[in-house]
Formats: sequence, C-alpha cells, structure tokens
Amino acid sequence: MLTRKPEPLIFELSRGGRGATAQYPAAEEADIPASHRRRQAPPLPEVSELQAVRHYTRLSQLNFGIDTHFYPLGSCTMKYNPRACNSLAMLPGFLGRHPLAPAATGQGAMACLFELQEMLRHVTGMAGVSLTPMAGAQGEFAGVAMIRAYHRARGDAARNEIIVPDAAHGTNPATATMCGMKVREIPSLPDGDVDVAALEAALSPATAGIMLTNPSTLGVFERHIVEIARKVHDAGGLLYYDGANLNAILGKVRPGDMGFDVIHMNLHKTFSTPHGGGGPGSGAVGVGKRLLPFMPVPVVGREGERLRWLDERDLPQSIGRLSGFMGNTGVLLRAWVYMRILGAAGMRRVAEFSTLNANYLLARLKEAGFDAAYPGRRASHEFIITLKRQAREQEVTAMDFAKRLLDHGYHAPTTYFPLLVPECLLIEPTESETREELDGFVEALVAIKNEAENDAARVKTAPHTMPVRRLDDVRAARQLDVAWKPAAA
Amino acid sequence: MPYIPHTSVDIRAMLDRIGARSIDDLFDEIPPELRIDSLPGVPEALSEMDVSRLAAERAAADGRVLNFIGAGAYEHHIPAPVWALVTRGEIYSAYTPYQAEASQGTLQIMYEFQSMIAGLTAMDVSNSSLYDGASALAEACLMAVRAHRRSKSARILLPATVNPAWRRVARAITEGQGLALEELPYCTEQGTTIPGSLARFAGQDITAVVIQQPNFFGQLEDVDALTRWARANGALVIAAVNPVSLALLAPPGEWGDGGADIACGDAQPFGVPLSSGGPYVGFMASRMEHVRQMPGRIAGRTVDTEGKPGFTLTLQAREQHIRRGKATSNICTNQGLLMSAATIHLALLGPAGLERVARACVARTRELVAALGRLPGVRAAFAGPRFHEAVLVFDRPVAPLLESLAAEGIVGGLDLSRDYPELGDALLVCATETRTQADVETYARALGRLLSHAAAA
Amino acid sequence: MSMIPADLRYTKSHEWLRTLPDGSIEIGITDHAQQTLGDLVFVEVPEAGRVLAAGDACAVVESVKAASDVYSPVAGEVVAGNDRLATQPELVNRDPYGEGWILRLKPAGGTAGPALLDADGYRADIAAGG
Repeated sequence: MLTRKPEPLIFELSRGGRGATAQYPAAEEADIPASHRRRQAPPLPEVSELQAVRHYTRLSQLNFGIDTHFYPLGSCTMKYNPRACNSLAMLPGFLGRHPLAPAATGQGAMACLFELQEMLRHVTGMAGVSLTPMAGAQGEFAGVAMIRAYHRARGDAARNEIIVPDAAHGTNPATATMCGMKVREIPSLPDGDVDVAALEAALSPATAGIMLTNPSTLGVFERHIVEIARKVHDAGGLLYYDGANLNAILGKVRPGDMGFDVIHMNLHKTFSTPHGGGGPGSGAVGVGKRLLPFMPVPVVGREGERLRWLDERDLPQSIGRLSGFMGNTGVLLRAWVYMRILGAAGMRRVAEFSTLNANYLLARLKEAGFDAAYPGRRASHEFIITLKRQAREQEVTAMDFAKRLLDHGYHAPTTYFPLLVPECLLIEPTESETREELDGFVEALVAIKNEAENDAARVKTAPHTMPVRRLDDVRAARQLDVAWKPAAA
Repeated sequence: MPYIPHTSVDIRAMLDRIGARSIDDLFDEIPPELRIDSLPGVPEALSEMDVSRLAAERAAADGRVLNFIGAGAYEHHIPAPVWALVTRGEIYSAYTPYQAEASQGTLQIMYEFQSMIAGLTAMDVSNSSLYDGASALAEACLMAVRAHRRSKSARILLPATVNPAWRRVARAITEGQGLALEELPYCTEQGTTIPGSLARFAGQDITAVVIQQPNFFGQLEDVDALTRWARANGALVIAAVNPVSLALLAPPGEWGDGGADIACGDAQPFGVPLSSGGPYVGFMASRMEHVRQMPGRIAGRTVDTEGKPGFTLTLQAREQHIRRGKATSNICTNQGLLMSAATIHLALLGPAGLERVARACVARTRELVAALGRLPGVRAAFAGPRFHEAVLVFDRPVAPLLESLAAEGIVGGLDLSRDYPELGDALLVCATETRTQADVETYARALGRLLSHAAAA
Repeated sequence: MSMIPADLRYTKSHEWLRTLPDGSIEIGITDHAQQTLGDLVFVEVPEAGRVLAAGDACAVVESVKAASDVYSPVAGEVVAGNDRLATQPELVNRDPYGEGWILRLKPAGGTAGPALLDADGYRADIAAGG
C-alpha cells in the first residue's frame, strides 16, 4: 500500500552548510576571469547523503511500477523488464566507454549492436536497420524524413501529403508536420479496419505515404493490408509502419512481408527495455531496399572481422544524424540481452501469449457484462472496452473507473484513446502476466461496475487510498507552478 | 518459456474460455499468405547465465581505458546512491505519469529536476527532459521560430564553435520545416565567435542566435556581447550550456542585458555514465512567456480535491496526444530514468559539491594543457579562458598518434581534422575531476614517447 | 442545455458574431463550445492590426484536455484582442457572450466567408451533432 504521508521537496529539507561531502572532490583553484563568473551560487539543495537517499526512496514508494503492480496500459506494452538486461548493459566495459573512442576499443559493444541490428532486421523482414533514433517518435521522424528524401531524390518533390487514419497515435500527425508534410486523415470503418474507399479517394500525385499501425490502435489486425499496400504503391506513395503494436505479431507476420517500406520499433515496448518513468525509449528503424541509402547515421557496419560505424561518407544520401552520438546505446544493449535470452522461439511466444492473455481478458470481461468496442473481432495483444453505457446510465466515466482501479491495486489502462471510441479503456495485459493476475483484474472491474450501480459517488470520487486524491489540473495550468524558487532574500 | 508464466493447464483453460481450439486460431484474422512459421536469422535462446558469459566477455574486451575525450559526453564520478535508487522497480519500471495519483514519486522528481535546471540556468521554467543535448538544440531552434511571432525569416545564426554533431542534428531535424541555419565564423586566435561578425546581419530579420558556452573548443565565448547584439537586433538568444560549468560561469538567464530566451544542453554529466553514447538526458529551460511553445513533458504543482499539495503533468495541450498535427513537437517518451539520475546526483552534490567538481575540471584541464603543451611539436591552439576542454595543435597528423595511444589504453582526445580542417592537425582534449595528476602524467609520458619515437624514426 | 442568444450570428465551428454600433464585429466562442471544452486554462488572442481572411485561424482556446483554433468568420483587420483573457481565461466559461469575447475586427467587406447561421440554425446544427 502506498503511503499517504506527503514528502517535502528536496529543497525544503535543505539547510545551509550541510552536504553529502563524501561526494566532493578536493578543493582546487579555477582561473575563470571575473567577467565570466557566476555571481550567486545556484539554488541547489544542501542535504546529507542519507537525507537524499531516504527522500528518493520515499518518492519511489509513491509510484506504481511493473515490478509492483499489474500495469495494463494499452499501447505501451508494460511487460516484465528482466533484471539481467539492466545488469549486463551496466557492465563496466560497456558503461565506461566514450562514444568517440576509437572503434578498436569498442568491438565488444559493437558486436552486440550489430547482432541487434541483424535480429531486428530478420524479425521485421526489412533490408536494413538503423538503431540511432532515441524514441518511437524520433523513429517516426526518421521514417517520414526518409520517405521525403526518397521522393526528392527521384525529383518527385511535389509529394507532400501523409495519410493518417483517424485512430492513429498523435505522434503520427505531429511527425508528419515536423517533416514539413501535410496531414490527410482518413476514417476507420465500424469494424475497425481502414476505410479503403476513403483511402482511394485520398490518394493522389501529392501522396508521399501513409502511416499505419498494424494491429491498429483499435486492437484489431488490419485485414486489407495487402490491398492497402498495393493501392498506396500504385499511387506512388510509400508505407510507414508504426511499431507501437509489434508485440502482437512478433514472429507471426512481418511488416516487410505486409508491404511496408519503413518501420520503427519501440524497443522499450516490444523488446522490454525499461520505461523508466517516461523514457529512455529507443526507436530503431527498419527499411526496405528503396530506403536503404537514406537511413539515419551512424549504422554499425562489418568489414571482415572488424566492426565500425558507417557515417555520412558511407551513406551520402542519409537523412543525417538524430542524436549527438549513436542513439541510446544502453537501451540497445538491454534489448540485445532480451532478444538473446528469448531466441527465435521466444520471439514467437511473445505474440502468442500476449494475444492469448488479451483474448482471455476480453472474453472474461464480455461475460461479465462489459461492452467490447469491436465485439465481432479477435483482440490483438490489446483491446478496447467502452463504458458509454455506464456513463449514460450512472454518469460514471471511463476516468472514474480508471481512478477506482488504482484503489484496487491495478494501474489503469489507457483512457480516452483512441479518440474515436467514446469512454474507452484500451487494455494491454502483455504476455508476462499470470492467469491469476488477469482474473483479479476482472474481479476488480466487476466490483467497480457493481459499485457504480449502487454507490456511484464512491467511484466518482476515487481514488481513496492513493497518496493524493484527484488533482486539480485546471489550477495546475492556470496558476502555473513548475519550478521551486528560493524565497526572495 | 522465458518470462512467460503460463502452464499447460492455464493455456487449455484460457483457450476454452475464449472458445478457441489453439493459440494459432487467435491469429486467424491475419491473411494466411502473410503468416510465417519460423524466424531464420534469429539465433536460438540462451539462458541468462550463457548471455551473461557472452556479455561479460565482450565488455571485458572493451576494457577500461584512460579517457581524455569530452566533446559532448563527460566522464564524472557518479555517487553510488544514484543508480541504486533509480534502478528501484518503482522508478525503473514505471511509465510516463499518466495516472498522477499513482505516480507522485515520478512527478515530484520531475518537478525537482525542473527546479534544479531552472535554478542552474537562471531561467523561469524548465521541461522535464528531452532526448539529448543535440536534439534539445534542434528543438530549441524550432521553439524559437514558434515563439518569435514577429520574425518571419526562420533564420538562425549558428556559430561554427557549436558542437558540430549538434549542428548536424539541428539541421537534420529542422530541415523539413524550412529553417535556415547560418554559420558564424570564429577567431582562429581565441577560438571564439567574433562578435563583430554579426554586424553584417544588422537590420535583417534574424529569428535567433545560438551561443554555446563553453563552446565546442572549451573556450569561453563573450556571451554578454553576443546576447546584447541579439537583443538590440530583435533576435532571440538560444544558450547551449554544459550544466557543470554553471557552478562557475554566468548562467544564461543573466547574459547580456536581460539574459537568454531559451537555454538547452545535456545533463549527462549529472549521474549518467558515458555508456558508449547514450541514453543521455537533454534539458531545456526558457522565459515564462515562451512556456507554451516548449516541447516535452512538464510537471506542475497543484492541490487535490482535499486541498493537499500534489503534482500532475501540465500544459499538456501543447503535446501531440492532444494537439496532434499542431503540437509543439512529436516528442512523447523522453528520458525519465536519466532525468531521475540527474536529479539525485545534483541533490547529492548541492551547490558546494558542484562547484568543487567544476573547479577540479578546470584545474585538471589546465594541467593537461600545460603537460602536453611542453612536448615538442605540441601547443595550445587558442589563448583566452577555457573550462574543461582545450584544442591542441600538433606538427603532424594526430590520427596515428591516437591509434598508438589507444593500444596503450589511453583515449587521447578527438581528432578535429575532419570538422575543422582549417586548424591543421588539431586535437580536442578534456580532463574532468575523474582524472588525477598521475593520469595526466601518464598521458604526457606516453605521448612524449610516441612523439620522440616517431621523430627518431 | 446551452444558451444561444437570438441577436447573434453563428458559425458551424462554434464562433459567434456581434455587430457593434461602430460597424466593427465582435467574435467569441459559443456557450456550447465552452461547455464542450471544459474549464479554459489559456486563450491566445490576436494582436491589433493583424489582417485576417475569412476562415483564418485567429485565436486558440485551450482547456486541460483539448485545444481548439478559433476561426475568423469574416475577413477584416483586428481592432483589438481581449487582453483580460491572458490572466482570466475563465471569463470565456463564465460569460461567453459578454466579458469572454475574444477579438474585435473591422470587416473588410465584400468577401463572403463561411455561411453564417442564426440562432435557430445554430441550435439545429448542434442538435444534429455539429
């Protein structure tokens, strides 16, 4: 149970002259001219080492994490993060290496990264992989930038439209805009598939490409993907695969075989690197043959027995660099450990058991009287239930259910996404959860449903057992307090 | 089955409940011609023990070297509590705090990080991290274009003394939106941007000027003069700073008359290991008036329904999940884990510890430049004050020297001949508080041997 | 149920227009729009002197969960933005047709913008899910 005792700010624990002095190097003279000097010491806290350790330990105890709670956050793949991935990525030889040190001193780490590139290439069916994008959204950026570069290299610069289904993650249209593209949104059909007729109407000589997530954010597999790929290619566009839901199909079907030209993978989802309270992610991209020359650099290359970083000189048409060095190497090493422990058969089991868990949870919730958003469809690794009936009848919303779940010891599913399903919960159990955990989650949702019918106020004012009650978001935005400031002297 | 808990009894019972005969049936909506039965090219599974052995062999092969490169990633002592704390499951395995009530720990750490960055830079507000310093600079350029309503040119002056990798990233990320990043020359004696070189832009519509302090060469720019020019000419100022240096150097918020508008950089020196290139942790701070143009997550302090203080994500209407194609950026996940490490690191150092670290960096680099500069054919390229990096010029190509040093376990610096050919055979070196005087002597002796050996040969 | 004053004109994108005695036009968002958005936390108003074409995005209204552009229903030059909204965005929630006005402009005349609705027409449009 999380404590309800508030923890002061680290600044409020501070006392002038105190410090974790074991961490200080010896005092030395620094010859910085007065004109460049800081006049007043920065307002950092002055606390003992124990105070800092206790403060951040207590703060950690105010959190839900995968290690402590079932965390079925749809579209985020909150599976177990094996501890081995962390401890091996933090071996001193990997950790202490400067990224610009000569390649001869980094052959070990590069061997892992090269293998990772190769494994990712094979599981996605692509011709090449670049590991440098630092998060899914940056992988998306790389993908659309490559599509843009491809058309330009062919003298086809008029292609400036990216087609995005209405169910897409917000990152898709935001990425297209960052790349200087116009966004054309197309609707989904009532069964969750893309409206192919609307797609045809949207295709034109201005079409640069389409961004698709498959299985989609609606938790279903796009059944017309081959036809969609053909139509987009016939119109001169390319297909971008948003890898947010790759967990659902790992080892079962490959984006490359579906006809995609470029994909990004969220290594912090599918390949189980930690989410870290919001990053670091890693958004490796895979490309088909047409886009190979445009990959972001650097990429690990092999020359005989030696590995080296391929850069702009090797890939002169590259879209360039997206990070100061070579991407989130430590995350990549964690993904490498995960993939080596799982192996080829383990990859396939990821899709199989995440799908089994999702379909089991969906079946049980349907039996319990919840409404599936797409009742005629198989769930992928995630699915949507809609609480619009409860919202209408008891005025208890999806947000109320989400908050009450916290009291039952479950992190809430994703709420109010995708935007086109009213009062929705997007639920992704992942393969690493036991049947007992899923059953407990069903029981909690049923209990909340019953409570909503008998004591709606209790649900609407939840959570009741968390460190804080519902927070005033409006006040947070109107009376902006985003940084502690020392009291004026 | 690694990390999958299902027994055969579970599988049967679950399939029955679903009404499916086999797990394969659950994939029956995928067109059969697309389905695959195997994954050639992916090796078979290894146990944790076997992977540990392989990883340990490879990590050991990379070994321990004596490092003298900075160039955007700096080796500092990381207090033991930092990673002991951030690898606690409640921090390590949580996600973006979408459910604020179950994420007060992460949210409060974000708020404390924002406060520390705002305090260090002397800016009003900070976000709770971006990917790294390079991408933070790119985002700062895009932000300046949004924030400067009256400027229509999207022209940004980018001195040649800004980290060349960061400049490449800024170009790659801003290219699609048509920004014009125009280079400013530097003085080859001082290694700093020539304030007078701005004169030719007077009267033109310039959106912003980027100033890196200390600059890529480790030299201190005349930030006051550059900032004053920008303000007098209606351009915003983007400061790119090494946060360790801010213990000693004037913070961006106090540059010139009125300070910079946006400050960005990489907080990697706080608690984040070199780790072969990442993950690091970009930061960005700004004036309050520009906060709605800032990309990335921001935590705010508010109260709950009982009036108790608490924290929540705020200003989310800037972000992609609400504003989609009109968002300030496509950023979603940022660098939460490293942000936490940086916060804890700074809490442990405090103002006194951070100043000690900064002073030790300056002192050690001064000794390094003196020791190497005494060798025949080696001299410091630039006069003028510097922080913890310096450019040395050699009388012969540095690449072969670096290779020989590496064979002795010394990473001797960064060869600048590709990015700055005009400097001749130039090497960028760095020494932080983690290098001892003995380390400096070891380097100088090894390099001295190589130089005299080559001269004899 | 939302208020729809009979003496104003409306757009399908939920702006209202009032012609002031001096011939300038006052623009805001409707009661229905503010209810849908929820508590506003920020309003960005245009600067005086900005020239707008009919249909141009000219202001932004932002709540905790959503952000919407406000479109100018007619062409003209901005005479004033409602500067009070910078510190009191809640005026739009409290008094959408009065103190919560967003901008005033001098119409350029001639150019017809999107079709304007009267109160009944707007009411019917909302009822139809517009």
